[in-house]
Amino acid sequence: MTPAIDVADLSVTLGGVSVLDSVSTSVDEGRFVGLVGPNGAGKTTLLRAINGALTPDRGTVRVAGQDIAGLGSRATSRLVATVPQSTASAFDFPVRHVVAMGRTPHVGRLGTRTAADRAAVDEAMARAAVADLADRPVTDVSGGERQRVVLARALAQDTPVLLLDEPTSDLDVNHQVRTLELVADLVDEGRTVVAAIHDLDLAARYCDELRLLYEGEIRAAGPPASVLTDATVEAAFGVRATVTEHPITGSASVTAFGDDGAREGDGRIHVVGGGGAATPLLHRLDAAGFEPSVGAVSADDRDAETARTIGADLVTIPPYAPVDDAARAAVADRLSHADAVVVADVTIAPGNRPVLDAVLDASAPVVVVDGRPLDERNVAGAAGRRLDDRLRDRSVVVADEPRTVVDAVRRVVSSGTDGTPCRDIEADPRP
Amino acid sequence: MQQILIYCKHGCKTMNTRVRTGAWVLGLLCALVAVALVSATIGPVAIGVGSVADIALAALLDGTTDAPAGHRTIVMSIRLPRIVLGALVGFALASAGTVMQGFFRNPMADPSIVGVSAGAATGAVAAILAPIAFPVALPVAAFVGALLAGFGVYVLASEGGRTPVGTLLLAGVAIQTFLGAVVSFMLVQAGRDLREAIYWLMGHLQHSTWTEAGIVAAVVVPGFLGLLVYARDLNVLLLGEEDAHSLGIEVERTKRLLLGVSSLLTAAAVAVAGVIGFVGLVVPHVMRLLVGPDHRILLPTSALAGAAFLVATDTVARAGTAELPVGIVTAAVGAPFFLYLLRNREVRTP
Repeated sequence: MTPAIDVADLSVTLGGVSVLDSVSTSVDEGRFVGLVGPNGAGKTTLLRAINGALTPDRGTVRVAGQDIAGLGSRATSRLVATVPQSTASAFDFPVRHVVAMGRTPHVGRLGTRTAADRAAVDEAMARAAVADLADRPVTDVSGGERQRVVLARALAQDTPVLLLDEPTSDLDVNHQVRTLELVADLVDEGRTVVAAIHDLDLAARYCDELRLLYEGEIRAAGPPASVLTDATVEAAFGVRATVTEHPITGSASVTAFGDDGAREGDGRIHVVGGGGAATPLLHRLDAAGFEPSVGAVSADDRDAETARTIGADLVTIPPYAPVDDAARAAVADRLSHADAVVVADVTIAPGNRPVLDAVLDASAPVVVVDGRPLDERNVAGAAGRRLDDRLRDRSVVVADEPRTVVDAVRRVVSSGTDGTPCRDIEADPRP
Repeated sequence: MQQILIYCKHGCKTMNTRVRTGAWVLGLLCALVAVALVSATIGPVAIGVGSVADIALAALLDGTTDAPAGHRTIVMSIRLPRIVLGALVGFALASAGTVMQGFFRNPMADPSIVGVSAGAATGAVAAILAPIAFPVALPVAAFVGALLAGFGVYVLASEGGRTPVGTLLLAGVAIQTFLGAVVSFMLVQAGRDLREAIYWLMGHLQHSTWTEAGIVAAVVVPGFLGLLVYARDLNVLLLGEEDAHSLGIEVERTKRLLLGVSSLLTAAAVAVAGVIGFVGLVVPHVMRLLVGPDHRILLPTSALAGAAFLVATDTVARAGTAELPVGIVTAAVGAPFFLYLLRNREVRTP
């Protein structure tokens, strides 16, 4: 089958700068492909080459088997509709008129619009949820509404291929999702869609495939989960990032960390977790360059899952089982090799007391996360309170904020503090 | 006022563009005829509206009239040619101005923005100062100068088959400035011919003949029809060139055509009437306010309104004891009115 879009060996230079360098990719009919990549990666340029708005230096673009370079604007505009990033609207045409301009490729210069044209315009406005704006001047509607008006115009154009350049950049959260769901419906109806999307989570959630574009080349292509990995995101965007599975949508979810999370951390950190309390810390420590270990946690605990995702050393116990001697020994072994220990705001129960006791005996500096109040998470009664007091006495206590915790870890590791109480950090005013 | 404007602009919801256009065009045509008839009555010899209509109909239908032969000569050979030529010039300038404002997406655009009027002025002043007098040399020189300047600006602004609108605008300003210097230099050297040259530069419709009107009509009417055919493309072009391309408009070709034809209309108008300011700037703004931005209706209504406006102002210009150049009247009437609209925020700056 002929691919809907076939880009072969495409190179584009703009203003003497190479923007696309031998890009080749193809998109099958009825697929929703997301273009992701950092600013200036060439996403918009690639879209402009596909719709024929610019002439490439080298290479060809075929849509439905036809070479775009050889087609006139009118023939191209019957194959490809484009929703640009922003649209100038200098004159106050009513919204309906702007949407009706989408019919231009189908109406002769002297011809009149038929009932079918009007129906297409009405349907496009209804689908893009701009029907109630029909008589408003396009200059008076908001940026997000205008973006939907232009989407409606592209729908009225009724083409097999639809190109979207940041279709959701100006939209509120409701219309972002509605717009992408509309696009997904269009794809189900057999249209082919290529969209440049900044929001990686949205791209992963709605697109069938992604193309990761940076430095003018396609560096990864395929299903979202295979394109978006810690390594590809770090390479493309130059930022430490962790890709996890979104708990609700199940699609890839990217969390990027700022410069403070650069890999300057060094050392083994043992994290006492459980019930998911350690998950954000594990990601953050991993991103900061530390080598975390976790335990002991239940084998099906969310913290255990996180540890597996980031490849951290893990001590598990069977679900609902107390920490036995073997597990305690395993934890003690991790503690003895650790450069620091972090105690998350875990539930203190008779079952996990052996782990906390082991922390008290450890020689490494300890950072205690002051999260949930003790009363809410202590099910070991007076013994639990005593244990917590002793733990706090020998530890650095910090607020429950991943960044604060990581900073504290970095400090105790670099100063080599060996368990000297340092309660003043608790009052650290930084957010 | 606001309510009336909204009603005029968007019309009755059920009324389609064609019907609205028809209604507006008919109304403005009636207004133009009325203005023309009244204008023909005014002058050193007062002639009643009735006999003007009688004389005009007789000439038109090859019938007979009771009107004195002297009146017939005044109406048919002096006043009507001037009125018809004025109408054609106003028609051409207003339609070219409408297209230029849309084309440049700029409220300051007027028919001579690409240097056409400056070129005409240069050609005309050169012809006036030329030692050899030749009856048709003046309009021909102005017309040729106008087209050369417009074409020169286009060539200077084009690169690699594309003509960016911004570059065109700046090249137009540069050429206008340069030609302005040339004209000033020639005026300094003018001597006895200075008065005639300045008079031409201010815009005038004196000594109009049917021949002139016929020649101008031969350029303006087909040119206008050409623009009208492209009215829908011009609408789409207002969305921006990139969008227009994706909607199937051959952008560069359409731009060339719009620019070329409206420059031709402007050149024809300026060649016979000199530089008449403000018609091409104010009339399209006013009509856009009344009928909205859709060029399918804006272009014909602007053109007719421009025609009526110029006939009216020319009547004022020649009504006094000493005739004024019509350019002075259009600017003197147009500018305050435009400022009024501007202050009331009824003219948008796109």
